[in-house]
Amino acid sequence: MSKAILYDATMCIGCKQCEGACAQQNKLPYDDAVAAESVQSAHKYTVVLAKNDKFMRRLCMHCEKPACASVCPVGAFHKTKEGPVLYDVWKCIGCRYCMVSCVFGQPKYEWQSLNPRVRKCIMCPDRVVAGKQTACAEICPTGATKFGERDDLINEAKDRIRQNPSNYKPRIYGLNEVGGTSVFIIAAADVEDYGYPASAKIGDTPMPEYTGRVMERIPDFIPLWTLVLGGIYWVSHRRDEVAAAEAQAKNGSGR
Amino acid sequence: MKFKLTLWKAIFIVIMVLGLYSSYVRYFHGLGAATNMTDQFPWGLWIGFDCLCGVMLAAGGFCMVGAVYLFNVERLHAVVRPAVLTAFLGYLLFIVGLLFDLGRPWFIWHQMIYMNPHSVMFEVGFCVMTYTTVLFFEFLPNVFEALKWTTPIKWIKKIYPVLIVAGILLSTLHQSSLGSLYLIMPSKLHPFWYSPALPFFFFASAVAVGLAMTIFESTQSAKAFGRQLELPVLVTLGGALLIALWVNVLLRFEDFFHRGLLRQVFTPSYEAYFLWLELILTFVIPITMLSFKKVRLSPQWLYLASIFTVLGFITNRLNIALIGFETYVGHHYMPKWTEFSITLMIIAMGFALFGLAVRYLPIFETETGHKLEQPEHIRVRTGVLSHAGD
Repeated sequence: MSKAILYDATMCIGCKQCEGACAQQNKLPYDDAVAAESVQSAHKYTVVLAKNDKFMRRLCMHCEKPACASVCPVGAFHKTKEGPVLYDVWKCIGCRYCMVSCVFGQPKYEWQSLNPRVRKCIMCPDRVVAGKQTACAEICPTGATKFGERDDLINEAKDRIRQNPSNYKPRIYGLNEVGGTSVFIIAAADVEDYGYPASAKIGDTPMPEYTGRVMERIPDFIPLWTLVLGGIYWVSHRRDEVAAAEAQAKNGSGR
Repeated sequence: MKFKLTLWKAIFIVIMVLGLYSSYVRYFHGLGAATNMTDQFPWGLWIGFDCLCGVMLAAGGFCMVGAVYLFNVERLHAVVRPAVLTAFLGYLLFIVGLLFDLGRPWFIWHQMIYMNPHSVMFEVGFCVMTYTTVLFFEFLPNVFEALKWTTPIKWIKKIYPVLIVAGILLSTLHQSSLGSLYLIMPSKLHPFWYSPALPFFFFASAVAVGLAMTIFESTQSAKAFGRQLELPVLVTLGGALLIALWVNVLLRFEDFFHRGLLRQVFTPSYEAYFLWLELILTFVIPITMLSFKKVRLSPQWLYLASIFTVLGFITNRLNIALIGFETYVGHHYMPKWTEFSITLMIIAMGFALFGLAVRYLPIFETETGHKLEQPEHIRVRTGVLSHAGD
């Protein structure tokens, strides 16, 4: 049902065609200068990094339970049933909470714009809904970036590691991280060397749970606290009324 | 009225001119030109100071309303009006600050139609919006009194219990939720400041700062407007502040202890230096001072202790918003001068509006109902506070 991307770094030749296809798909400028940029930005949603002759791709992980969607005060982000995490620019007020909350640091901002938008990989939703692959997967000459059913890709990743254990680190990055994502990475190197946050550091707990634990108490807290505050008000003012009444009674009887 | 240029007025004018220029840069050249915020550091000084500290500094309103109207502490009655005024101005200026920081401030009203109940930011925004409305109604009697409209005052008096309970409920919610904002960043915020107890810290520090700000602003305006301060009021506030600080320090200690951080807290490091600064300013100095009876009975010493407390908790919130992220990001964030300039402009606007309100509204009206005349020599020294009235 849900779609995903499997990136196999051992098959990547660093041709950066995925970068170009991504730029074209999202109508972004792409030339040699942009290709040379090694960081993601508002005009570069995905980047292929090289280190010790090994390559690594970075893109939005499309979390199963995305932090960006849970923190956005106006609900500008949402996870679709097909897999992509989408952004609705019309709703966005520009608070940038999505950016500070994302463990993968994926949402980027148009800092120079007078009406800035949050930018990130949106997993080519039009293509995905139409039953096509993402632009990056379609153009990839070696199949390093593969698009497909989430469950199928997990099995395929496991198979590849099982069949060639010497070629891979024994892990699928994205399978359990922050509760699972829709982008999986298998590689010979540690993904942490390319800027990905360490699995142990981000954990398997879906990020929305950290704030959810507090937020879910609020519906109970409001009536309870209102009752307590109202009760205190009533008691402390009742005391005054009683004191006033007593004083009056005393004056009355003393006369 | 004759305009007389004093040092404070000159400073005020310089701040406003620079602030207006910075506003031009912000709105006509974008956030990138006006700030040092980046994709790695998307929240800067404006969130750290204008928002986190701004809301905390305005906490005196709900603290004093709670003390006087909820708990019936009659002797604090004289400070309720200035505290509500400070809170009302504080929240208005918080919203002004937000209009600078938001990338698309013209869509701020989306908050009211596209609500995401899972978002802490939504809860904060919604509470701030409604609480500012409550503060407006709590502030309104000042205006009606100045205009001598008695009927609407009666109406507001009728809904006062609702306003009081709603105001304190909303304050409890959003003061603590400002801390909850950071709960979703356990892997980014330094462990000194990331704690599951952040909402409790934010609420407890808001109460302490609310008390300290009330001492500060009543002493400050007493100086500025040549009023006599009732000592019992300050003594009560000072005692309450001491208790609030102890509650804060115990909460922090418990938290460090349970998360096994005590050793790390005392090991020198970049973060530890900032933590020490914060702990010294928030706890060591004011608690030591307030432990002396001489300090608790002296307006000047109480004033000084309240300043340390306020500065300390400002440091605390800036540490959470800025310093706590530097190790994760891997580089320092230093606000651009335009960021400082706009923050300063907002603070200056606060002082000026406070001065205006005190001048034209019965904020410090004595119980018998007549305003105290201000001697000329004091008015000259009043500085920024009184400038706006001229």
